[in-house]
Parts: sequence; C-alpha cells; structure tokens
Amino acid sequence: MKKLVSIEEAISKIEDGMTIMIGGFLACGSPNKMIDALLQKGVKDLTIIGNDTGFIDRGIGKLVVSGQAKKVIVSHIGTNKETGRLMNEGKLEVVLVPQGTLAEQVRAGGAGLGGVLTPIGVGTPIAEGKDHLIIDGKTFLLEKALRADVALIFGSKVDEKGNVYYHESTRNFNPLMATAADFVIVEAEEVVKVGELDPHLIMTPGLFVKQIVKA
Amino acid sequence: MDAKEIIARRVAKEFKDGDVVNLGIGLPTLVPNYIDEDVEIILHSENGFTGIGPAPEADQIDPNLVNAGGMPVTIIPGGVFFDSAMSFTIIRGGHLDATVLGALQVDEEGNLANWMIPGKLVPGMGGAMDLVGGAKKVIVAMTHTAKGDLKILKKCTLPLTGAKKVSKIITEMGVMEVTPEGLVLTEYNPEYTLEQIKEATEADLIIPENIREMC
Repeated sequence: MKKLVSIEEAISKIEDGMTIMIGGFLACGSPNKMIDALLQKGVKDLTIIGNDTGFIDRGIGKLVVSGQAKKVIVSHIGTNKETGRLMNEGKLEVVLVPQGTLAEQVRAGGAGLGGVLTPIGVGTPIAEGKDHLIIDGKTFLLEKALRADVALIFGSKVDEKGNVYYHESTRNFNPLMATAADFVIVEAEEVVKVGELDPHLIMTPGLFVKQIVKA
Repeated sequence: MDAKEIIARRVAKEFKDGDVVNLGIGLPTLVPNYIDEDVEIILHSENGFTGIGPAPEADQIDPNLVNAGGMPVTIIPGGVFFDSAMSFTIIRGGHLDATVLGALQVDEEGNLANWMIPGKLVPGMGGAMDLVGGAKKVIVAMTHTAKGDLKILKKCTLPLTGAKKVSKIITEMGVMEVTPEGLVLTEYNPEYTLEQIKEATEADLIIPENIREMC
C-alpha cells in the first residue's frame, strides 16, 4: 500500500463541516504545510481539536483567523487574540478543556473507550453540566472520548509504511491523535525507507497512518 | 531585592533533592536561579519533557524544543521527552512533588483562581487545572497585592482553577500555609509590620507564636 502522496491528494480528503484533530503545542510539532493547504483549499465550518489555537500567523491559529473554524476544542487560546475576539462576537464556539483531560479524551477515543473519569475540574466552572461519579469516596467528572474524521499530525522521521518517530518536544498530542481519527495523515519532516527506523524507537505504529505527505 | 527576587528566593527553599517540580510561566521561572547547589530538582514541562535546561544562545535555538510557554529552551542530560498523555499522567497521577504558579486570587480555603476574568480575559486553563489538582504540593508564588487590589481573599470571586488545593502562598510580605483552621502566617518579611501585612490581606491571618522572619 502506497502511503506517500502529494499534499493535494491528501487535502482532498478534507471537506466542509468535518471534525479535524491537529497536532502540536503552540505550533511546535504542528503539520504546517497541511494547515497552509487547508487555508488554500478554503474548507469551512471545521471543528478543530488541538492543544491551543497557536498564534495568528502560526499553527492552528491561521485557520481561526481565516474564519474556517466554526468550533475549537482546545486548552488555551491566550496566544491568539483573534480566537477571543471571534468568540466574543459569537462567530466561533470555543470549548476550553484542561490540557490533561483533553489528552485523555483523545487517548480514550483512540483506545475504544467511552470516556475517562478525572478529578480535575471538580468545583470549577468546567464541571457544570457534567456527570459526577463518586468512586471509593472520591468525586470524578465523566469526560467523554473525542474522535475526529481526520487527524493531521506531524512526524520528524516517517518511513514509507507510516511508522513515526517524533523528535524532541514535537511529540505532544501527535501520537494520541494518530489513534483517534478515521483518517490519519502525517506530515513528515523526513521520509525514510522502510527498515531505516529502529523498531524500538518508533512511537506511532504505521498501522494508524493512512497517508504521508512531505513537509 | 525586588519583590519577585524575594519571592523566588523563598520558593527555592521549598524543594528537597530529587523533587519533580513544574514551574508556571512568569515569576516561578526565576526560582531555579536560587536553588541550593546540593539540591537537584527535576523540572517538568507539560508540553512533554523533564529536564528543562537554560534558554539557549540565539544561534543555538532549536524550534523543536520549547517550554510550555512556547519559548526556546534546552534539555539537560538525563532529561526525557514524552507525549501529552504521559506528561499529565505525571501531573495527575501523584508523581509531581510540587507546582509553583501565580494567581489572580487565592483564598483562605485554598481555592485558586488564575485562568479567566469573565468578559475580560479568557486565555484558557492550559495545564493549570491539572497541575493544581494533581501536584502533591501547590505553591502560589505572587506579589501580595496587584496594584493595590487585594488578592488573598476570604473567598475567591473569580471562576476557580481548583477547589481547596493550595498548600502554601509565598509573597514578598510573607509565607502563608493553608490549614483547616485558616491561613497561618508562618513567616513574615521584617520590612513590613504585621499590621501592614494584615491590611494587605482580606483573609483572616492566624499569627502563631512561633512566627519566624522570612529568609
């Protein structure tokens, strides 16, 4: 199965109204070529799941500024003024989630779980409207699993079977998101031949990855 | 010494050799400058590694290696990279000895508000809720008041980041411990009188007989 495709071919999978996970943390480890291709294609009404909305000119933030996102599910929007402005004008729905909860919701989505129980957020505004469960005397919130139509992730070294190695702090949400979407596209900083990556050091098994594009 | 230096110096005495510590953005990042040479702490960065080293020289900046504020950093020998789920397993699972963060408000029950001002500033919680809820010791490090506004209150009025989680408050005026009886001023800065400290604090302060000078 040939996974290495052009950006045009990969981007053709993304349509208006889709839910997309995008890896990265403040644009570090984000699939920037794919984000630019989404801007160019102009798909709209996207629901974007990511750690944050990056900056106005870097990372997920570009898709907020362009008005292509109708909803974002993220832990932080403070580095992108446009997110707050659009939210206040009622043009963008923003769901703020504690970062660790977001990571577990995505992990659960990829692991076939319905959700997770976390003590984080009990007694704060984010607990409002959520199911509270008391287990062995301790209160937990039920946070449902998250899945997406497409995940766009970034890998530092990717072999032609889609096995991924992430360098330094680019890893963040990428390996979690690779498990939690129907269609996973990895943007590879470097594409290598099968066998070149030490199997011990592969962080995302290629079975999760449908397509590879070159960064 | 300015207020920030006084606070950072005092916070630095809170750690013992081998502690795993997460330092929030801003003032808390000054703390490592004051830690005793014979105390080695492991600094955790919630975007996915332990072993945060000093900021790199301008010509050594690596875009793949940033801290949770998105700023370029380095990693020290022995440091480890991981994904966001592992990062918050460390935080939430009781493997983080302490977190140090700033506050907009903190109260005598140990409630903390630092993630939003409704209608004004909504940056999001990022990892703060997980840190406050998960760390074994939550240390609030901040200036005692904000331009005259009181921040150490009887009851927080802003949306909470965490309920009843703060262990200790360290300001330029003194050190306060959160106890079931209320806030105990265990140490004070002799540059201020006890009356001045009480005036700058809305919460009732319990003054123990064995109160010490802050060092």
